Amino acid sequence: MPDAGRRPSQQHFVAPFDEDTLGTVDTVDESAAPASLWTEAWRSVRRRPLFWISSTMILLVVLLAIAPSLFTSLDPRFCELKNSFGSPSAGHPFGYDRQGCDIYARTIYGASASVTVGTLTTMLVVLIGSVVGAIAGFYGGWFDALLSRVTDIFFAIPFILAGIVVMTMFKEDRNVLTVVFVLGAFGWPQIARITRGAVLSVKNSEFITASTALGASRVTTLVRHVMPNSAAPIIVTATVSLGIYIVAEATLSFLGIGLPPEITSWGADIAKAQASLRAEPSVLFYPAGALAITVLSFIMMGDVVRDALDPKARNR
Amino acid sequence: MGWYIGRRLLQMIPVFFGATLLIYAMVFALPGDPVLALGGERGLNPALVAQIRAEFNLDKPFIVQYLLYLKGILTLDFGTTFSGREVIDVMGEAFPVTIRLALMALGFEALFGVTAGLFAGLRKGGAFDAAALVTSLLVIAVPTFVIGFVLQFVVGVRLAWLPPTVGSDVSFRTLLMPAMVLGAVSLAYVLRLTRTSVAENLSADFVRTATAKGLSRRRVVTVHVLRNSLIPVVTFLGADLGALMGGAIITEGIFNINGVGGTLYRAITTSQAPTVVSFTTVLVVVYIVANLFVDLLYAVLDPRIRYA
Repeated sequence: MPDAGRRPSQQHFVAPFDEDTLGTVDTVDESAAPASLWTEAWRSVRRRPLFWISSTMILLVVLLAIAPSLFTSLDPRFCELKNSFGSPSAGHPFGYDRQGCDIYARTIYGASASVTVGTLTTMLVVLIGSVVGAIAGFYGGWFDALLSRVTDIFFAIPFILAGIVVMTMFKEDRNVLTVVFVLGAFGWPQIARITRGAVLSVKNSEFITASTALGASRVTTLVRHVMPNSAAPIIVTATVSLGIYIVAEATLSFLGIGLPPEITSWGADIAKAQASLRAEPSVLFYPAGALAITVLSFIMMGDVVRDALDPKARNR
Repeated sequence: MGWYIGRRLLQMIPVFFGATLLIYAMVFALPGDPVLALGGERGLNPALVAQIRAEFNLDKPFIVQYLLYLKGILTLDFGTTFSGREVIDVMGEAFPVTIRLALMALGFEALFGVTAGLFAGLRKGGAFDAAALVTSLLVIAVPTFVIGFVLQFVVGVRLAWLPPTVGSDVSFRTLLMPAMVLGAVSLAYVLRLTRTSVAENLSADFVRTATAKGLSRRRVVTVHVLRNSLIPVVTFLGADLGALMGGAIITEGIFNINGVGGTLYRAITTSQAPTVVSFTTVLVVVYIVANLFVDLLYAVLDPRIRYA
């Protein structure tokens, strides 16, 4: 990021005229500490309504995932066939599905699986991808060549196909962690490639040369100076892919090889609703809508974060 | 140019071996015994089981099996399924359908994605731009299978404009809706890529020069802006062809298409290693070749890129 260390007093050289008038630039306290990329990102982000909308939605979904019992006192697995396709009534705002389960309760409890899988997968992917990508980009050499071929290999195999094969391998003991493992195993090359690119573009900056000249070891330079300055594209990709992993989990559960049936999942509920689509289209609407809103909030958040962290995009 | 292609072909070799080895290892680790499953409830004569195992090299260690399999592939012998059919015949049935489907999806997303992205990018911040962005976000957020069901139900069943399933009647008309569903998510990405790229290039120096020397707006937009904006889009589309063919599993399931996806899914769940690995190998080759093709297309799109 070229303007990571930009002083506020320099801002009028690059600030677009429609964002900060010269008057506001002149009032900037020049003696204050230089704004970091993160401070500036926060400043630009908090002005955007989209940021507040998506973060509120994300917080709500996370709350649903952590404490579903706050929102409903019903058990999502308590189903009575006499209620099959029952219409909405007091206490059951979304009605009942084919098995007579309360759709509202199932939609609330479904958040947990999606959010857990999405978050854990993203953490796993970022952990593996950023370490491997950073080492490859920073040290280069044979490890870099090897990594490039390995990521090529992983990219060449279609994601869904690999997911189906590995999930079939875990036929007997599927749970949240196996889904996370499978999505993570085939998701990390993307982050590794992005980290490698970011590290390569930072590696030759003056401040890295300065750090080396001051006697910092290679590892210190990598951890203290290169990594923080390559974090922006990783964070952006991770936020967007969190939503994509939620869709992937739903897809696997939809195919019947994702989460086991005892875990309430939007994907599995959508698969069940599909069978009764002609009789009762609304049964599909709630889990699909909840899934879409969750994914949408993460993708919108990724967009906002990208705009904030990418000065090029911000100035456009 | 020739040297460049040669180097790229050499780079493909480890990817080809790595990907086939990986998929072979994964299929090898699948639970269940496909040979015993042939016998069903009654079971097979142990001698027959041993004979089938020997015939398919299942009695040999993993790496030997892999090498024998590879030897077969390199002589275009994809082996036979456990039920006795030539895998290449199965491929000959499945691939034409899926290739048609994937190419239609690719055409759909390229045509509409680039057009909508171009207009959105030309008037960034306008009403069409906002509508296109919201729609593309929605399409990305709603899973493909939900889009598939809803379209199938509304367009296929309720309105009856297009046939809701494909089955044995594979034609442009029946494949139209599946192709739209398959290409929907990628269309959203193409739209967003084109839009960003067009908006970026509009303020590029060469566009200002082109306008300054008196070219018509139409010529500036089509020749200078669009052609330069297509590079990231073409990259995406090239990588997408392989993903579309492999990712058609869901779409083919919904619309009852007897293509690669359905065959693969059945093969995986019944541990049909020869079928799974052969199909995946072809998909990997498609991916590699499509990417090479895209790299060569760069030179056509951007005169600054030349492969010496």
